[in-house]
Amino acid sequence: MAEKKHAAYICSGCGLGERLDIAALEAVAKKEGKMQIVRTHPFLCSEEGVAMIRADIDNEGVTHAAICACSRRAKTDAFNFPTTAIARGNLREGVIWVRPDTEEARETTQEMAEDYVRMACAEVKAMTQPAGNPNTGTNKTLLVVGGGISGMTAALEASKAGYKVVLVEKTGQLGGWAARLHRRVPTREPFKSPEDTGVADLVAQIEADPNIKVYLNATIAKTAGAPGRFKVDIAVESGPTVTADIGAIVQATGFSLYDANKLPHLGYGKSPHVVDQAGLEALAKAANGGVIKRADGKEVKSVVFVQCAGQRDASGEHLPYCSGYCCNTSIKQAIYLKDANPDVDTVVLFTDLRTPGNGEDFYRAAQNRGVIFSKGVVSEVVPSGDGLTVKFHDLILDDKNAQIVADLVVLATGVVPNSGVNIEALTAPQVEGQEAQVSEASQLGEVKPVSILNLTYRQGPDIPQLKWGFTDSHFICFPYETRRTAIYTAGPVRRPMDIAQAIEDATGAAMKAIQAMENAGLGRAAHPRSGDLSFPTARLEGCTQCKRCTVECPFGAIDEDEKRFPLFNESRCRRCGTCMGACPVRVISFENYSINTVGAQIKAVNIPDEFENKPRILILACENDAYPALDMAALNRNCYSAYVRAIPVRCLGSVNTIWITDALNSGFDGVMLMGCKHGEEYQCHFVKGSELGRYRMSKVYDTLKGMNLEPERVLDLEVAITDLHTLPKKIDEYTAKIMEIGLSPFKGF
Amino acid sequence: MARNENEVSAEAHVSEANGQRSGRRQYAFYPGCSSQKGASASNYLTSVESMCKVLDIKITEIPDWNCCGASISYAEAGELPRHVMNARNFALAEQHLPGQDIVATCAACWLGARETKERLEHSSVLLADTQEALKEAGLQIRAIPEIRHMVEVLIEDLGYEELKKPVKKPLQGMKFAGYVGCQTNRPFGIHGESFENPVYLDKLIETVGGEAVPYDQKVTCCGGALAFSEPDKAQAQIKDIIESAYDNGAEMLVTPCPLCQANTEIYQSQINKKYGTKFNMPVLYYSQLMVLAYGGTAKEAGLDGNVIRARKLEEFASK
Amino acid sequence: MSNANQAMAARYKNNFLKEIEEQAEMGEWVKMCMQCGVCSGSCPTHFHPGWEHPPQEIFMMIRAGKREEVLTSPSMWMCTSCYNCYVRCPRKLPITHIMHGIAEYAYRLGLAPKMQPTLHLSQTFWRNCTKTGRVNEVRLTQSLYFKDGFMAGIKKGLEMKDVALGLIKAKRLNILEALGFGHKCKDQQGIQKMLAKARELEAKRKNRQVTA
Repeated sequence: MAEKKHAAYICSGCGLGERLDIAALEAVAKKEGKMQIVRTHPFLCSEEGVAMIRADIDNEGVTHAAICACSRRAKTDAFNFPTTAIARGNLREGVIWVRPDTEEARETTQEMAEDYVRMACAEVKAMTQPAGNPNTGTNKTLLVVGGGISGMTAALEASKAGYKVVLVEKTGQLGGWAARLHRRVPTREPFKSPEDTGVADLVAQIEADPNIKVYLNATIAKTAGAPGRFKVDIAVESGPTVTADIGAIVQATGFSLYDANKLPHLGYGKSPHVVDQAGLEALAKAANGGVIKRADGKEVKSVVFVQCAGQRDASGEHLPYCSGYCCNTSIKQAIYLKDANPDVDTVVLFTDLRTPGNGEDFYRAAQNRGVIFSKGVVSEVVPSGDGLTVKFHDLILDDKNAQIVADLVVLATGVVPNSGVNIEALTAPQVEGQEAQVSEASQLGEVKPVSILNLTYRQGPDIPQLKWGFTDSHFICFPYETRRTAIYTAGPVRRPMDIAQAIEDATGAAMKAIQAMENAGLGRAAHPRSGDLSFPTARLEGCTQCKRCTVECPFGAIDEDEKRFPLFNESRCRRCGTCMGACPVRVISFENYSINTVGAQIKAVNIPDEFENKPRILILACENDAYPALDMAALNRNCYSAYVRAIPVRCLGSVNTIWITDALNSGFDGVMLMGCKHGEEYQCHFVKGSELGRYRMSKVYDTLKGMNLEPERVLDLEVAITDLHTLPKKIDEYTAKIMEIGLSPFKGF
Repeated sequence: MARNENEVSAEAHVSEANGQRSGRRQYAFYPGCSSQKGASASNYLTSVESMCKVLDIKITEIPDWNCCGASISYAEAGELPRHVMNARNFALAEQHLPGQDIVATCAACWLGARETKERLEHSSVLLADTQEALKEAGLQIRAIPEIRHMVEVLIEDLGYEELKKPVKKPLQGMKFAGYVGCQTNRPFGIHGESFENPVYLDKLIETVGGEAVPYDQKVTCCGGALAFSEPDKAQAQIKDIIESAYDNGAEMLVTPCPLCQANTEIYQSQINKKYGTKFNMPVLYYSQLMVLAYGGTAKEAGLDGNVIRARKLEEFASK
Repeated sequence: MSNANQAMAARYKNNFLKEIEEQAEMGEWVKMCMQCGVCSGSCPTHFHPGWEHPPQEIFMMIRAGKREEVLTSPSMWMCTSCYNCYVRCPRKLPITHIMHGIAEYAYRLGLAPKMQPTLHLSQTFWRNCTKTGRVNEVRLTQSLYFKDGFMAGIKKGLEMKDVALGLIKAKRLNILEALGFGHKCKDQQGIQKMLAKARELEAKRKNRQVTA
């Protein structure tokens, strides 16, 4: 390895030169930061400034550079030197933009700037520029599980983009639910009449596509490996198991209809003339455009559609959620009947008709055809004479005893996802906070006996589930993302959706899967640190085999080897650092992000002695939301205390408690942890990172007690990117609080 | 269906021919039953005539025009007879004053006529029936003229700037509540105005130097014809309107509609009896304010036609 | 049951919605209501002190086939033609006209409430204004006051004395109109013939008997 050479570059542009004593900063970098080269430039991100750094790298052999200018989130294109380790001292957003330009503030502002120079120098010295994951797999074949609309779309889209596809369908034919429909809800202007489902066309395209290999009557027996190098065993009903080399996976396993047998009060099972939506599709398919006849062959003259049958149920007995498509489906089915015979009475009983987008045009088209829509809650459907009586509460006329007689009743029962095994219900809860959630999930009966993917991952055989059995999704920001790298779910297995949405969803998932395969091949991270070349390594000689890293990794990236040491699958890793935060013996690190890179910064901060009455508060801020929020506060010139020193972390989950105890031991007066919201409405980019981090931090209070320190010295804050106006206030309040309880007794040790 | 989405809002329909052909703005005038000598809005007519003189707007009464039927005739009239009544006016206007827009001063006349125009232009069946009925009176429709309200002529054909020019005596320091009411506002409305908070009347008040106070009953219904048939309901609404105007510091109400004017003015005494209020708020037409600001006399502005005398304006006019 | 009512009830059997669609002005819009209730919340008279059935309910009742209840309801007669519902309806139903249309139809069938004051006003107004082509305001007022009989008319007239005197003083009420003076159209004969034709055509179009 080449000799290390450290340099610091200080920018005096953007007002830095006017507000700060640049010469003093240079001196700090040189003397305390021990930088071999220190240069100042009036416009460092300009072509000329960048060329200056470039020249030092090329001619002086600079390997490590501390760039003391703006936030690490700014000017990333200018300060992009792939072979050089770079640390950023945030003098602009971190100092001058959050400090008032007054004479009184000058001294503390300068102190702040000098500390950020010290920290940048310390950090860069502890870093190594990562070279990328050597343990890559370069397989670029996409596995699609499920041959419905979503699966076929994903397969075709990937093929069109030039990738090979293996499509596995458990039944004997492609098409899924859509193949059982007579027509689909319209997708084109004027959105007035049902359309052809398009299934036949998709199937024909698949069959004609040499890039796509289809396995019918087949399931996944085993999925081993990692992105770019999955080995998947495909069990074919009549034939030998096939093993395929796969780069990424799209799971499009769809849904089942909620079992109408659970709705005897709505007449299902009591009369053959109460059907679910699939039942009506079958009748319509049999009629093929002619008059629709019941099971007994009688022509249907009157129909009642019961919306939300066993859905949006608040009692806990049935599905609590809305399945999204059923309103449009009932509209479509009523139109089948009206188009075949305009004199058929069609009544849709609903509480809220949900027809988003152009569904509204379709709704109007049905009204125009004379379909009657009534707001009502059905209490009972009873056989009467040859037909049925539907008893309901008319919500507009507030008539609790309203009733309609009909030849046929159609129940809109909604969807249950085909999502495989609920792995969280299988494994014992590892984190106290999760216990309640797990038991709730199992109560809903979501534990399905059959695994879809049969992953050999330590964390379980299937994709984790989010809610109500639907598969994982970072639903707030990145809906396609699951916690299993390069495995994407698409279509109604992920959330309730209609055909149009499923097609869009599948297209997106195929694109994400392609990205993931490509990244894996290059040894780079996938979302959200896409392109990151660092990866975690463990000094196994120090490992105590405690398994915390393997258990806590939100992405199932770490298995255990036969000796129970952690076995990293770098391609599965998202580089959040939760393993590093979890490790009690601190043997896990990234080349450019480690216990040392942060620890060195903490130690570099100059702690004034207690008589100066200037506290020092450490902020460990999540780089996804909290640190950008600080930057945005700065952009808005929302000032805050000069006593804080902020260090970005990859996730609250990566925060190791040693940083906190080190900070307090070295005389910091307080520590603010800023991470994303966790729990059901989580916003953590790594899904579970902030939750795990917080759970870990709750133990810090014992440590504080041991050190005889007040519990207020550590504050855990939930910060969203939108908190730019409130965050500075919270910082100032905390500073005031620290002043109130007094400075730390650990100064000067 | 006879109604499409565009019909809810008034469309720009400034007739290019008007004014530019002859150098002077000319309109086929449809005063309506209430704006005749001795009728309930005779002072509206007086002030409109004075106003048009100042602004050089030539209004020529449609010869032998007839009643529009107003909204209230719906039950007895039925559909076709109502439209035929309006269509007769169209035919007369087109025959005698070709190329001129019809301009109405009454909100109900304007609305009734516009509605008929819209329906006839949308339904060939209705138009054919109408033609057949008109034949009985020796008339026929060739083209239906644009139907304008006087307010549209003022703000669209002239514009606020033009209206401001002749102001000699701005109504400085006087506070008015611009009461837009219903039928100049809904369903057609003045182009570009919102149904919930139209501002043209406030702008007219400000154009002549007055202050338009904000208040929350600007577009509340005065009860319309139901002031006759359901006096209690109508008077409850009128009370809300007057009360809100008072509460927000208005000295007078200003309106573009004869029925709004009459209802909000003449029932104040009854409301006072019923609710123990002490309402005595003059209710003016926008045209009266304009005449006064243009330096007209109390008589030219028709101030003698106000049941609740606008003393402040009378004094203003005499100065 | 009036003859007209019997005939219509028989013709449309149980399909009241269809009856309204074909017989009431703008009735074809009823099926397009989406039950949001904005019309009910926008009606000024709904709050002073309230209708029996606001438009949303009337539409629902029509769909539910409550023929008698709808056609005999006083609700539609409360419309002041303020067009608030009309402009606010997210489905752009011409609610004001639908209400008028249903009311008119109920009246034609003889089902409108007896002595409904707004109906009486409508009858009086139309007859007044079509007689000479223009409204005779004095005669209009007289016939309105005397609708409940002579004594009631005198009483009402006395109640409204101040209002009338104020208008007379302001030269906005010409009592000579009572004697047949006042404004008229010249071609009254033409107007009468035109209206007779219009009534005949309308009855033909709606497939019902000529009334009035």
